[in-house]
This record gives sequence, structure tokens and C-alpha cells, in this order.
Amino acid sequence: MIKIPIAKKNKLFINILKLTGYVAIAILVLFLITLIFNSFLSIKTLSLQFLFNTNWQPNTKNFGAAPFIIGTLLTSVLALMISIPFSLSISIYIGYFLKNKKRKNTLETLMDLLAGIPSVIYGFWGLMVLVPVIIKIQAWLGIIPYGVGILAASLILALMIIPYSVTLGKDIINLVPNDLVEAAIGLGATPYEVIKHIAIPYSLSGLFAGHLMAFGRAISETMAVTMVIGNRNFIPTSIMDPANTLASVIANEFGEASDPLYVSSLIELGLILLVITTIINIIGKLIVKAYTIEPR
Amino acid sequence: MNPDKSNLKKRLLKNNVFYQSIKLFSYALLIPLAFILFYIIKNGISYLNLDFLIKMPAPVGETGGGALNAIIGSFLIVGLSGLIAVPLGILIGIFLAEFKEHKINDLTRLSIETLQGIPSIIYGIVAYVWFVMPFGKFSGISASIALALMMLPMVAKATEESMKMIPYTLKEASYALGANYYSTIKKVILPSCRKGIISGILIGISRILGETAPLLFTAFGNAFLNFNMAKPINALPLLIYNYASSPYQEWHQIAWSSSLFLIIIVLGLSIIAKNVIK
Repeated sequence: MIKIPIAKKNKLFINILKLTGYVAIAILVLFLITLIFNSFLSIKTLSLQFLFNTNWQPNTKNFGAAPFIIGTLLTSVLALMISIPFSLSISIYIGYFLKNKKRKNTLETLMDLLAGIPSVIYGFWGLMVLVPVIIKIQAWLGIIPYGVGILAASLILALMIIPYSVTLGKDIINLVPNDLVEAAIGLGATPYEVIKHIAIPYSLSGLFAGHLMAFGRAISETMAVTMVIGNRNFIPTSIMDPANTLASVIANEFGEASDPLYVSSLIELGLILLVITTIINIIGKLIVKAYTIEPR
Repeated sequence: MNPDKSNLKKRLLKNNVFYQSIKLFSYALLIPLAFILFYIIKNGISYLNLDFLIKMPAPVGETGGGALNAIIGSFLIVGLSGLIAVPLGILIGIFLAEFKEHKINDLTRLSIETLQGIPSIIYGIVAYVWFVMPFGKFSGISASIALALMMLPMVAKATEESMKMIPYTLKEASYALGANYYSTIKKVILPSCRKGIISGILIGISRILGETAPLLFTAFGNAFLNFNMAKPINALPLLIYNYASSPYQEWHQIAWSSSLFLIIIVLGLSIIAKNVIK
């Protein structure tokens, strides 16, 4: 091997570092170009109509994204609504009340466990355990017992996104300045009043950001949803209906799509998904960034 | 001041109800988690034995068998992803932490953060377009690239965060001894933030080990034992997905055992990662 002199090595190293900075940007740009370029056929042929068309019939080349956009919003909003009482409670409990290290650790480990379970296992469990329970309830209520559907997907999703809003939420609540809290206590406020009138108003935008990012996770979650949502390409009329989300229809149909327009419109669905989640993430991060600078 | 007794009682009651309900909601989450773990352990433990590790899945109608092809596939795919993502991720992390004044630093950080937020299924689509379409076949390599791109931001962020913790004096001391930039980074800075980087890598590996969506149209799955990364290959999460949606009881059994196996490894890795930092 040729021995490279140390000064040259140094120069080379610095150049490689700078190059990798460009590589990271290039990867993202290539990502976007790939998605835009490959959905071009669909964008050109179907134009804006794609977003509002309520039919998805690959065999007649009739492609519309509306059922999936509505399905995605419905499942994610429902999941968020189910998760909020839990995530707020845990954020307040860990961030404000718990001073006991051991209990704090228990709850934090619980969050880590929930966040660590792979989504395909959530889906499998949902399919094998949760769906049969829902079938029984639906049969008892006298509705068509699909079992799979928006309700099952939202329940599983709610469980999966709780850790995401809590990680941010508990830190934000913890950031509430102590002198404010102490002043309130000094005036005779109960803990409930401190939280209602001091902690929550102070950390409102941070809590909002945490839940917004959890909402983004719910939108982009694929496997667990694909397995329990029932994969039906119509606009759902109730939360008991089987449906499809943007991510789940891609997971389900991309592998077997052969017609170029079919493939292209699936990729456009991916592009829509990417745009929505990226906007949500950027808004969330901007709010959090404003936070970490403000208290100093 | 004249303290109104009944008002005080009402306030205290409200406080108590609030506190108890918060506690209730917090600990209530233990129930679904216990349910999930209980079912996976109960259904998975009976077949999680040596056979599971060294045998191929049994044909439909026969009980027993293992998941050898999926275990090997997962190991190969994740291994190759690590080989790509770790060096590149560390270099990008160093760039982010060290070249703050460089004109593209902010843009690089934005790209890495955006990449981190991209839904996993999109990685699958892009890897499909890049590596499956041109060659006309599914392959383990395309899956590795998809997972490597997912892991890259995690390694880069972990490297950057742990390099920020290193005091500047350490660097000055190294320069004072006559070391140049390359040796300072390699022999002083990197070894002292070794723990943070290793923990980031372990967390990254545990994340991508359980990823399924990017593998659907890249690795695709394979019913046979395969060591060739240029061909379709099976992986544990893919096996769980495929067997879960099958109607056969025996396959569900293997999916349960695979779930237990996967959970043990994934959670084990994240526990190790947490303890490395301590």
C-alpha cells in the first residue's frame, strides 16, 4: 500500500467531510426528484382531478385519491382524539407530579416499550386479538361485523403514537419556570389550579407541537394500519367501515401494479403523503425550536 | 380574608379528582401493553426453541419448523444497511458538528431532519424505483439501501449530538500537542464520544430491524433459504406480515414465535443502547 503523508491525509479528510455534507443534501433532492418524476405521468393525465375523484378502479384506469385522503384523515384524527387524554395525563403526571425516580422510570420504560414494538407486530396483534373483539361488539350492536376497519386502525394507532407526544410533552411541562409555579402555590393554588392556569397555558404551543408530530406519525404509519383497516377503496361512511389510507393502499397494491399509469398514480399518492407529513413535521419543529430558545 | 369553607372543599375535591384521574389514565396504558406482551409470549414461547433458529418453515399442514430463512435474511439486510449507514452517518454527523460556518451546514441539517421524517413506505417506493426497476428483480441489496437511508439520519444526529458535548479544551489540548485536524478527530474526539455514537447505532439497528414497509417491494420475501443479496430474500418482519395474513394456523404459530423473537432482539438492543450511555 502507498503511504499517504499525514498532511495530505488531513486535507483529504476535510474534503471528504465537506463532500458528505453535499451527499446528504443530494440524497434528499434525489428522493424528491424520483417521486416527482415518476408521478409525472399521473399528474399530467389525471391533473388536479386526481385529488377529488372518489373512485379508485385500476381495471378501468379510473384513479382518484379522495377515498384514501379521507380514510387517512379519519383514522389519524380519531387516533389522535383517543390518544390525547392518555398522552396529556402522562405528560402532566411525569412532568409535574412525579418526583419519585422509580415510578418515573417505570412510566418512561412503559413509553419506551410502546415506542419500541415494531409496527408489524402491532398489526399482527390487532388482527389476531383486537379484531375478533370488535367483531363480537359489532355483532352485538347489530352492524355488519367486519371487525377490520377504521375503528381497529385508530385504536392501534392511538397506542402507537402516545409515546411520541409524551416524549415532548413531559419535557415541555417540565420547562415551566419554577418561580411561576411557586408563586401560584404561595397564593394558595391547588396543584390542579397550578396546572390549569399556569402550566398548561405556558406550555400550550409545545403540547400542540408534540401532538401535531404524533399526528404526523399516525398519517405515515403503514404496516399496522394496512393489516387491520380492511383495505377497501371506497369513501367510508362510518368509523366501523373498512377503508384504506394513503400508506396502506401503496403497501397493498404497489407490488402488483403493472400498468404505468397505475404505478404512477400510486407514486403520486406517496408524494401527497410525503408533502403532508413534511409540512406537519416542519411546523412542529419550528414551534419546538422557538421553545428551546425562549426560556434562556 | 374570610376563607369560605365550602368553596375550599370544592377546590380540594376538584384537585383530588383531577389528580386521581391523571394517575388512572397514566397507569391505564399498562393494560394494553400487558395484553400485547401477554399474547405474544403466550403464543410465541412454545415454538421459540432451537428448531426455530435452525429449521426452515414447515410446509402447510405440518407443525413445527422454524424461520431460518427469515433470520438469515434479516441479518444480511440489516448488516449491509449498517455497513452503508454507519460510516456515512458518522461523517455527516462530524460535518454537522464541526463545519458550522460552512455555507451548506444548515441545508445539510435540514435535509437530514427531513429525511428522518419521511414515511417508511416512501423509502420502499424510492428503493424500488432506483434498484428494482432497472434490474427487473427484487433484491436484498435494494432493501438494504432503503433501510440504510432510514438509519442514516439517526446515526448522523447521534454523532452530532455527542460531539457537541465534548469540551473545546480537549481539542485545544490535542492541537497543542501538535496533532493535526484529522488525528484530533480520529484519536481524540471520536473516542471520547464513542458511547453516544454506539448507542445511536444500536437504536438505529433496532429501529430498522422491525421495519416492514420498505421491504415489501424491495426484499419481497422468499420461501427458500437464500444467501444471495442480489435475489429476493426473506426477513423476519416480512415473514410476520405474510404469515399473519395467511389463513393457516401453523403459519400463525410461526408468526407469533417470530414476533416474540423480534421483540426480544429489538427491545434488547434498545436496552443495551440506553445502558451504554450511562
